[in-house]
Amino acid sequence: MIPAIAIILVFQLTGEVAARGLGLVLPGPVLGLLLLVLACALRPRLAEMLRPVVTAILGHLSLFFVPAGVGVVAHLGQFRSDGLAVVLALTVSTALAIAAGALAFRAVARWTGGAEE
Amino acid sequence: MTDAALIWSYLTQGPLLWLTATLIAYWLGDSFFRAMGRQSWANPVLCAVILLACVLGLTGTSYQTYFEGAQFVHFMLGPATVALGMPLYDNLRRVRRAALPLVAALVAGSVTAVVSALAIGKAFGLGVVMLASLAPKSTTAPVAIGIAEGLGGEPTITAVLVLVTGIIGAIIATPLLNALGIRDWRARGFSLGVAAHGIGTARAFQVNETAGAFAGIGMGLNAVLTSVIAPLALYWFG
Repeated sequence: MIPAIAIILVFQLTGEVAARGLGLVLPGPVLGLLLLVLACALRPRLAEMLRPVVTAILGHLSLFFVPAGVGVVAHLGQFRSDGLAVVLALTVSTALAIAAGALAFRAVARWTGGAEE
Repeated sequence: MTDAALIWSYLTQGPLLWLTATLIAYWLGDSFFRAMGRQSWANPVLCAVILLACVLGLTGTSYQTYFEGAQFVHFMLGPATVALGMPLYDNLRRVRRAALPLVAALVAGSVTAVVSALAIGKAFGLGVVMLASLAPKSTTAPVAIGIAEGLGGEPTITAVLVLVTGIIGAIIATPLLNALGIRDWRARGFSLGVAAHGIGTARAFQVNETAGAFAGIGMGLNAVLTSVIAPLALYWFG
């Protein structure tokens, strides 16, 4: 378990150092994500070693944003003034994004003739 | 009385109290979510946040004090983002087989999510900080919080906007996709994962296994693409 945690932290650390050192727009942990995919693709045995810890972390993914979520109490005033605009932006934009993604997928899948799964 | 006050003042100085409270609140929220048959509106994070906000308000505790305890949980956002690479790795073969439709859907969904949210927000006169917090709202929470921090947004606002986006997506996806006549489970799942991250993915898994797997892929790829699109779009609208 400890080696797996250490390796995940090393991916994140490498990502942070690279993102800051090279001035990239990608957040460090996202680079860490890409490093993990790359490393697992090169060494499938690594994936099996990391899997138990990864499964444990991903199983409680939503717990980790509770502290940031609680921070909203510090911004309640802002939501009172901007609430309507924010709710409208979230609802309309989410509906448009789902529609755009699904229609683009269907159009290109028909064009390339890929079989459905 | 004095003893209780002494114990209270001792507890408020260390991280133990609020770390414990965070875990218990999430536990209660998760139990409620299960008891309600995993309905999207009974989101465990939303329940935990409301519970903790009430407790902080009743005890007169500042967010700063709370965060000293909760920061250990908050730290896990980074490793959790790295861990999201694993489902992506597991599905590499399926990604390759449907590469072109996936790229098209990813770009269309991701750009629409960021640009339309910013356009509506800007039209209604939202401030710069609110726009920066809004831009990554379709991205999975740990990444969205990182992006918002980098853009000068308010991470705590982003956390709530991400949650609400996920719940909206999970509720509207099925009627919307039916109305559009989209029958391919890959397209249905993937577009929901791109637009509504983990909560959308959980919803997709409830409906269909293939939709769920592709929603997970959409969530992972969108995390990467939004990191690039959000700063560009915000620069454009700013």
